[in-house]
Amino acid sequence: MNSPLPTVVIVDDHALLRSGVRSELEGMVEVRGEAETVEEAVGVILREKPDVVLLDVHMPGGGGVEVIRQVARDRPAQQFLALSVSDAAEDVIAVIRAGARGYVTKSISGEDLAAAIGRIRDGDAVFSPRLAGFVLDAFKGEIPEAEADPELDQLTLREREVLRLIARGYLYKEIALRLDISPKTVEAHVSAVLRKLQLSNRHELSRWAADRRLVE
Amino acid sequence: MAGLGTRIGVDPVVLRIGFVIGAILSGGLLLLAYVVAWAALPAEGQASGAAMRYRLPKVRSDWRVATGVGLLVLSILLAFRELGIWWSDALVWPLVLAAFGAALLWGHFRPQETSGEAAPRAWAAGDPATAGADHATTEDGRAQARARIADLYRGVFGVLFVIGAGLLFLSSNDFLGGLRDAALTSVVVVVAVGLILAPFLWRLGRNLATERAERVRSEERAEVAAHLHDSVLQTLTLMQKRADDPREVAALARKQERELRDWLAGGDRRASEGNFAAALRSAAEKIEDDHRVAVEVVVVGDAPLDERAEAALGAAREALLNAAKHAAEPGPIRVYAEIGPDAIEVFVRDHGAGFDLGTVPADRRGVRESIIGRMVRAGGRAEVRAVPDGGTEVGITIARTASSTGGER
Repeated sequence: MNSPLPTVVIVDDHALLRSGVRSELEGMVEVRGEAETVEEAVGVILREKPDVVLLDVHMPGGGGVEVIRQVARDRPAQQFLALSVSDAAEDVIAVIRAGARGYVTKSISGEDLAAAIGRIRDGDAVFSPRLAGFVLDAFKGEIPEAEADPELDQLTLREREVLRLIARGYLYKEIALRLDISPKTVEAHVSAVLRKLQLSNRHELSRWAADRRLVE
Repeated sequence: MAGLGTRIGVDPVVLRIGFVIGAILSGGLLLLAYVVAWAALPAEGQASGAAMRYRLPKVRSDWRVATGVGLLVLSILLAFRELGIWWSDALVWPLVLAAFGAALLWGHFRPQETSGEAAPRAWAAGDPATAGADHATTEDGRAQARARIADLYRGVFGVLFVIGAGLLFLSSNDFLGGLRDAALTSVVVVVAVGLILAPFLWRLGRNLATERAERVRSEERAEVAAHLHDSVLQTLTLMQKRADDPREVAALARKQERELRDWLAGGDRRASEGNFAAALRSAAEKIEDDHRVAVEVVVVGDAPLDERAEAALGAAREALLNAAKHAAEPGPIRVYAEIGPDAIEVFVRDHGAGFDLGTVPADRRGVRESIIGRMVRAGGRAEVRAVPDGGTEVGITIARTASSTGGER
């Protein structure tokens, strides 16, 4: 990352958490603004046009999903990284399907978070080991040929391998070494999986997305 | 007829013959006696097991009993007419109707044995609304409401049938004449009173429901408060006491977080207790607690904990223990398990300094014996490899036997 620091807006309804994240990211990203409600967030994001929005999943007034929905109307290219204490499938899948490019839990270290932000800015996807596990679970069962859209409803062998290694805690460059492919190829696989995750009609995904139990 | 006969413990055939003869001799008086007896007898015979058994389903299907009684009366009356005894149409149909309605009403007000101690009180009060409220505390609210509506319908139909029968009888015997206006007036009055009372009754029902919901809510609140007090508050107090020991504080916070998540998830995990995924998670939790380390577990799929899964679990536990002892920093230790249709795979990865299996002194056989040896004996395999970026990964694989394929979703 030799380009200037990524610009970031932090959206979270807990002030303590915002300042914590901000101090952890000190010197690694440029925080352009903070917001604690959906309304405020949409305003700040459209004004500051940051590279990446760090988005809390649980917020009063519709949560992160609502922020993505409203921002997408005026700024469809905005990149979001979801940040949450919850690692329940319903929450993760819902926010990813709304359009977030990645998902990390709040226990992530400052360095890892900064790295994830950089990757999101470059247009890549960020999968936590747990998200990889969810995806593998969701795409696990065979579905009837007639109903399946092979483009969207199945993972390729390589994508599965990559996800499995992510779930095992491998970093992208470790995965590249292990599979003897370039890191760029790893990223391409992950992005492809993200696309499937967002567009597939697989039953598990739509169910998770539908009954997200967002605590308001 | 058979049901009624059994109810009072007499052979139905005998009963029927006796009844017909009696009715003929007494000129119909026995008919009345019979109806009264039918209503009164079951209440006295409650101690009798057989009577109870037969009555339980009968009371619930009031409609069937009512129809039976109606048809019974009809058949008797028609039989009499065939014999040339003085019944006329003007009497037959009203009586049948009245019997039907009365049977419905009796079924309606009879106490329901299934609802236990609440029933006698409701019966004594004789008020369907009270009866409903009493049951509601012990039974599922929605089913109760539905039963109450059904009850109400039966009651209303019963009343209408009896009234209709009376009117039919009077009009067909020309007793009505000038009384017709009076009858009409009383019908109007009854309808009006019904319309006036309906909202009150409805409101009464609503109030009871609200009260019940309120009670449930406050009970829930008390339960949540008790839980938070026993768990979260205790842990927070402990953490303040141990504030000088960051490792201990982190461990306490982690443990509490886990418990709270489990609790919020609402016992999903208890349901799958005894399966591989749950067992692996609790093994990881135990090591977290015992060794004050962080372990992240991701599991895909699940399987029953058979002998082979047990072997994989044991090896995984050893690998975790090894990582917790020698490579806990920098954390977390990651466990990934995938249970496929053919095999169980478990990977335990740490970010520690790593070690070369070849250089491990012979006396430290832990890894070789407890992980690799165990898997080989069980028919699987395990390998320890260094991760390029630092750290060690233990991979454990075992095929699932045909008998253990049931857990695959």
